[in-house]
Amino acid sequence: MASGAELIKKAKEQISEIDPKQVHDSPNGAVVIDVREQQEFEQSHLPGAKHVPRGHLESRIESAAKADEHVILYCASGNRSALAAKTLQDELGYQNVESMTGGITLWKDRGYDVEVPRKLTDEQRERYSRHILVPEIGLEGQMKLLDAKVLLLGAGGLGAPTALYLAAAGVGTIGIVDDDVVDLSNLQRQVIHTTDTIDTPKVDSAERAIHDLNPGVDVVKYQTRLDASNIMEIIEGYDIIVDGVDNFPTRYLLNDASVRLKIPVVSASILGFDGQLSVFAPYEGPCYRCLYPTPPPAELAPSCGANGVLGALPGIMGVLQAIEVVKLVTGAGEPLIGRLLLYEALGTTFTNLKLRRDPDCPICSRDPGEISDDEMGVFPDYEAFCAAAG
Amino acid sequence: MATAKIPPVLRPSTGGEKEVEVAGDSVGAALNALAEAHPATKGQLFGEDGSLNRYVNVYLNDEDVRVLDGLDTGVKDSDTLVILPAMAGGA
Repeated sequence: MASGAELIKKAKEQISEIDPKQVHDSPNGAVVIDVREQQEFEQSHLPGAKHVPRGHLESRIESAAKADEHVILYCASGNRSALAAKTLQDELGYQNVESMTGGITLWKDRGYDVEVPRKLTDEQRERYSRHILVPEIGLEGQMKLLDAKVLLLGAGGLGAPTALYLAAAGVGTIGIVDDDVVDLSNLQRQVIHTTDTIDTPKVDSAERAIHDLNPGVDVVKYQTRLDASNIMEIIEGYDIIVDGVDNFPTRYLLNDASVRLKIPVVSASILGFDGQLSVFAPYEGPCYRCLYPTPPPAELAPSCGANGVLGALPGIMGVLQAIEVVKLVTGAGEPLIGRLLLYEALGTTFTNLKLRRDPDCPICSRDPGEISDDEMGVFPDYEAFCAAAG
Repeated sequence: MATAKIPPVLRPSTGGEKEVEVAGDSVGAALNALAEAHPATKGQLFGEDGSLNRYVNVYLNDEDVRVLDGLDTGVKDSDTLVILPAMAGGA
């Protein structure tokens, strides 16, 4: 039986090693992976390094690097990374793996920079532990969530579940625009409000629920209606906007303003038992006007008056919005850009449609600087149309 | 026959039907068959010149017929036509 030291020596003979100088001077697009334990990685690591602890190598390596990529592994002194390199090379078919000699200790001795990650508090580590355990989110994704600024338009049916899940997810700043007060008839679906908060402003009621769930969230309240005079000021500075507004004029206005400021909008709408969802990422995918260049006439747009809706429907659509937000913030998965999801609750069907940018779109076919204040939210005869709809 | 999926706002015009079987070998023919079976849908789908209203999107399976051959796009029996006007409800 070989000793541990002999095993390591043998592994080093069978893999290729690379000097820290070469990693530092000419990384040549290699994926650099730290195979040490969590606590070691958090103290400091090579700039841009990914983290796959050796104990999780086999299960997590594929989300960090593919078998045909150039992979450089390192640890504290070069032993664990040599063993990990041997595993990748011999058992997982990685074709171009190297282990950095001397590990991060030698790297530091050479005077090269290391990255010292921001740390979560013990409370945060516990609170977000189930996110951190998901490789697609991890510590890095959780940090992004904590830094994210997300604006919710409406604290109603869609905004209620979105706000709760984004607060629970640790989104650092949640802005809420809503000029309404809580009504008893809201409580059938707007689960962020309670019987106790009837008649209080929805922004206050929502803030209370968010802080009950997660006191670490910074809530910014806008007790107002979004209009052409305030929209640019309100939305500027947010990373993502969640659109759950209940009328066409605001949806067009929001689209035009968000294209100008290049802020992605996670958009959902609901009616009866049907929901629609898409992510409008300016200049990356289609905008709302590419999909709906003109609003429908009154009889086809029952959005001006009150309509019935299944209480849990905004629940599912709002939670889908929250998931798209988390994906956009963390970069996980494929966001719903250029696609429209239809959900029909009675038949329990989900339908995915392809959306395309309109090369003649009156808004997003132009540069943001060319879109004027006067054009925003404009379309023909809207007020007459809403009046007709009652 | 192909299946047309009817959006909520058009269902009052189809007697509440969510899906309607439509005969026709093109998108135009299939939508016309729908309009004949349920005349109230005609003015909602088509303008006076017979073209599709711009506020109505029609998808053949998952693709916008406007990027295919519009109303001339061929339709097979197994196809689904999704009719999609804008919705704005959020409350």
